Order: sequence, then C-alpha cells, then structure tokens
Amino acid sequence: MPRPFLFPTRITPPVLPIIQGIVQVLFDGIAFGMLLFVMSVGLSITLGMMHFANLAHGVFAMLGGYVTVVLMHKAGVPFLETLPAAFVIVAIVSVPLERFVYRRMYSAKELDQVLLTVGIIYMAIAAAAYVWGPEPMAFALPDYLTRYRDIGSFSFSTYGALLLAIGTVITLVIFYGLERTRFGAMIRAAVDDRRVALGVGINVNRVFTITFAVGSGLAGLGGALGINALGLDPSFPIEYLVFFLIVVSIGGGGTVKGALAAALLLGLCDTAGKYYVPQTGAFIIYVVMLLVMLWRPNGLFGRP
Amino acid sequence: MTTEAQTTKAIADFRAQVRWQWYEPLFWLGAIAWYFLFPTYLPLGTQILCAALFALSLDLILGYGGIVSLGHTTFFGIGAYTAGLLAKHGWGEPITCLLAGGALAAIAGWICSFVIVRVQGVALLLVTLGINLVLYEAANKAYTITGGADGLQGIEFWKLFGVFDYDIYGRVSFVYTLAVVFVLFLVARRIVHSPFGLALKGMRENWKRMPALGAALRRHGALIFVLSAAIAGLSGALLAESVQFVALDSLGVQRSVDVLTMLIVGGTGVLYGSFVGATVYMVVRDQLADLNPAYWYFWIGLILVVIVLFTRNGLVGALSDATDWLKRRRGGGTAS
Repeated sequence: MPRPFLFPTRITPPVLPIIQGIVQVLFDGIAFGMLLFVMSVGLSITLGMMHFANLAHGVFAMLGGYVTVVLMHKAGVPFLETLPAAFVIVAIVSVPLERFVYRRMYSAKELDQVLLTVGIIYMAIAAAAYVWGPEPMAFALPDYLTRYRDIGSFSFSTYGALLLAIGTVITLVIFYGLERTRFGAMIRAAVDDRRVALGVGINVNRVFTITFAVGSGLAGLGGALGINALGLDPSFPIEYLVFFLIVVSIGGGGTVKGALAAALLLGLCDTAGKYYVPQTGAFIIYVVMLLVMLWRPNGLFGRP
Repeated sequence: MTTEAQTTKAIADFRAQVRWQWYEPLFWLGAIAWYFLFPTYLPLGTQILCAALFALSLDLILGYGGIVSLGHTTFFGIGAYTAGLLAKHGWGEPITCLLAGGALAAIAGWICSFVIVRVQGVALLLVTLGINLVLYEAANKAYTITGGADGLQGIEFWKLFGVFDYDIYGRVSFVYTLAVVFVLFLVARRIVHSPFGLALKGMRENWKRMPALGAALRRHGALIFVLSAAIAGLSGALLAESVQFVALDSLGVQRSVDVLTMLIVGGTGVLYGSFVGATVYMVVRDQLADLNPAYWYFWIGLILVVIVLFTRNGLVGALSDATDWLKRRRGGGTAS
C-alpha cells in the first residue's frame, strides 16, 4: 500500500518498557480493528446473504468521509454531529444502487460481480476526483480528540478511545439486533437458506435492501470516523479494498462474529507489525492472510 | 442418430472449430498494417501488443480454465524484472532475456499452482491478490536490487540478433514484439484447441462433473496456470525490452485489474478478445488521457459496467451476437 499506514496514537517516549509497548499496541490495534469492523461488517453480511462479491464497498466508506468533510467545511457542523449524517446519507444513496444495479447480478457469476463492482469503483473514483479534486482532503480533528490522556504511565489518544467506544456500541447493537429482534431473525434465516426463508414468507429482497442500506451506512460512518487515521482521497476505495477483503474472507461471509474477530486480528497484526518491525511494511498482514486462506479457505468462522 | 454418427459429427464439429476462420488472417494483416498506417504510433502499438499478450495469458486461465485471478501481474512483473535485471547487470541479449523472463515466471507459476488449485471463489481472489501484494512489497522494499518505487533504471538491451538496434521510432521493437506475440498466439491457439484445451473448457463449465469423467482437474489446472504464467512473464519481458525500463507498478494491483478489464471488454474464452480489448482499452486511454487525465477512469468504469450488464461476452461476444442476429434475419430464422 502506498500510504504509510500508522494509527495516530503513537506518542511513545523513545525508550519504552516492554509492557508499555504491549499496552500501546493492544490499544491501537483494537481501536483500529474496531474501525475496520464498522466499515466492513455490512460487506460480510451481504456477502453471506446474497453471495454477492461487492468490491465497491469502499465507495460507501469514501462517500461517508466526504459527507463529513463537506459538512464540516461548508456548513460548519461539528465533527461528532456529522457522523449520523454520514450514516444516513450513505445508507440512502446505497438503496437505489442495490435496487437497480446490484439486484440484477445476484445470480450472476462471481467474475461478473467482481467486474461490475470494479467498474463502479472506477466511476466513483473519477466522480470523486471531479467533485472534490484529486488531492487528499484537508481534515483536522476537533481539539478535544487530538489530546492524549495519561493513565498511570500509559498515554491514550482520545480519538482512539472514541473509536473504541463507538465500535463497541455498534458491535453490541448489531449483536442484539441480530440475535434478539424479529428482523435479526429474518436476516439470519435469509443468510442460512435463502430459498427456505422465501418459502416461509420472508420478503428476502426487502430484508436484503434494508440490511444492505444499514451495512453501507455503517461503512459511511466508518469512513467518516477514520478520515484521521486512513486519510481521504478519491483512491480510497482501491487503497483499502484489500483490508475489506481480508476482514470478510478471514472472518467468513455472513458471520458478524467472524468479521469482528478478523477485524481485530487484522488491526492487531497490522499495528504490531508497524510497531515492532516497521521495515517489513504490510508484509505481515498479507502473509497472515495467505496462511489463513490456505489453512481455512472459508475463513475462520465460515461454513464450508 | 447412432453413437458412431454422433462421434463422427462431434469430431467434425471439433475440426470446424479448429479451422482458421476468414477473419483471422485479416486480423494479423491489420496488425502489420498498423506499422505502415500509424508510423508515429508504433510505441503505442508495441504497448498494445504487450498488453494483449498479457491479457491472452489471463484468458488461458480465466476464459478456458475458469480460474479467476486478481494478481496475475505477479508473473508479468517477474518477467519484466528478470529481463531488466539481466540487462542491467551486463547481459542485454534480447531473445535470451525474453526467454529467461518467461522461464522464471513459469517457475513462479509452478510454485503458486500448488496453492491455486486448492482454493475457489472469493478465497481464490484473495490468494492471488495476496501473493501479488507480498511480491509488490518485496520489490518495493528491496530498493538496492529493484530500485524500489523509482523503478529499474539504466537498463540497455543489445542489438536484436546483433544487427537491429532499438530505434527511437520504435520500428524494430514493434516488429520484434509483433513476431513474438504472433508465435505465442499460435502456441495459445494450439493449446486451447487440443484435447487438453477441451478438458479445460469442461472444467470451466462444470468442475464437479469433470472428475467424474476421469479428468485430473488439479493437474490440468496447474498445467494451464504454469503456461499462463510463462506467457505473462514473456509479455512483461517484452514490455521491459521495448521501453527499456521496469516500473514498480508492473507488479501493482492496478495492472492486474487493468488486464482483467481489457480481457472483459474484449471477451473471454475467444483468444481474440484479449487483442480487441487491449486495443480498445489502450487507445481509449491514450485519447481520453490527453483530453482529461484525471477522469478517464470514469469512462473505463462505465464501459465495464455496461459490458457486464448488457452483453454476453464483451465486444467479441456482442459482435458474434450481432452477426448471428443478422444471419437469422437473412436466413429467415433457420440458423440456431
């Protein structure tokens, strides 16, 4: 990946006791993993439900980022208040795309799905460059998120803490929603067996549209939250494509648990690699990904 | 129809498929005509030929073997870097550099094939992409050998056959590239029309039934993967020889996606699809990039979406559909 990919909670004194290093890596890695989870959980569920390989998922994340930046710069809306807007706007935008383009391709071959979504990525990249310019967006976090808080001999960034908090809340809501609500049961039924779900009277298409919209909205929210860590420019959907794919494939399509585990694993491996062996770059995550794919081609939690 | 008659008919059909069609010589005459018609566009022509050969190598695994790869540029890059590094360190004989590029890519393909034939679907995309990314990072970090992000500079190839020097108009490299591409096209054509090629098509159509017929699925898959890797390596080496430079992005994910796009625009599983697609893609890029460098990807994306949504198999597929339709209209609905 062209961009050095460091999570910004790195106020680390030059020489660190080993424990402090471990704590920092854990904190950074889990915060980053949570961000990845929020961005890619929608992709995991839609892949499991419709077996649709939507490589254009990153487009939604990018759009969320631009919504936030535009609202902040043009309308002066505070950062935190732009986040719900990023979620809602992206979710709304995703609905017609699903209804009129993706729905035609659910029974198509995997290759066609890949190509269609690659085409959409290209169009989105060019469109974003046209509207917002090809350069990375200037973005500054509000003051209270750039500070660090010392607890004992550790220093935690408030931004990282915000990611952790939002990620945890969203994870809990998703688990509750999937396991305890009627709609969640419908989603699980549709993932398990689409035809039987149709047979018992579940309107799978409607369930799917809603799930897709929520998943895309979450990607938008993640993109908005992550601007400071990931940056924001038109090539975002391609640059982070491999991260989404890793989360989904290592976790296994259709499982929230798998996506969460994979996102945390990826966040931790990436952060630990950057921290302890910076000269290897992104090697570590790619090698881990290859090994997991060879060991379990359906992902850690996937069903064969 | 008796079994014997069926067999005879099947063999006749097979022969008819293998026979050279009227448009095939026409196509290659067109390629030669490029030399005389567009003398100022010879470097573009050379690049189109290299890209087409690369797309052809992808077509062998994708269009015939049904193996979808998101990282085929692994082998293209290996070929390019092999030729480039040889030339940089004192051995610039074009033909041997070319062959070395192909050979090393084939070896890499052979090593990868053990993994490739064991995974399918999204996992296959990930594994091919992952191998590519690992290699990209390696080339990026091994700055002292590969020049890292600056690319491999200062390479110079010797005269072709010790006689023809690479000229600035790209005449020699165009003719040389065209000759190599034609020979490799013949090889690819022979492969896909052999019984082995038929087994591959069976594998693509139904990979569960083929083993039941006694086909060694994994061995076929591995073999075509190695052949495809070799041709991809040769195309990379050819490009390195014609531009006398190897960029790091010859290993980049973008190139894998580009070549996939070319192949799809042209059409898979028809050999000429890769040539049509590469020509359209490169010419469109050449023209649009002049007009408007930042946004030409929009049009490529649109072409891709339209082709996937509305055609059966790229431009070649659309063309053959159109001719079938015309035939049907003229023949009063008798043809299939």
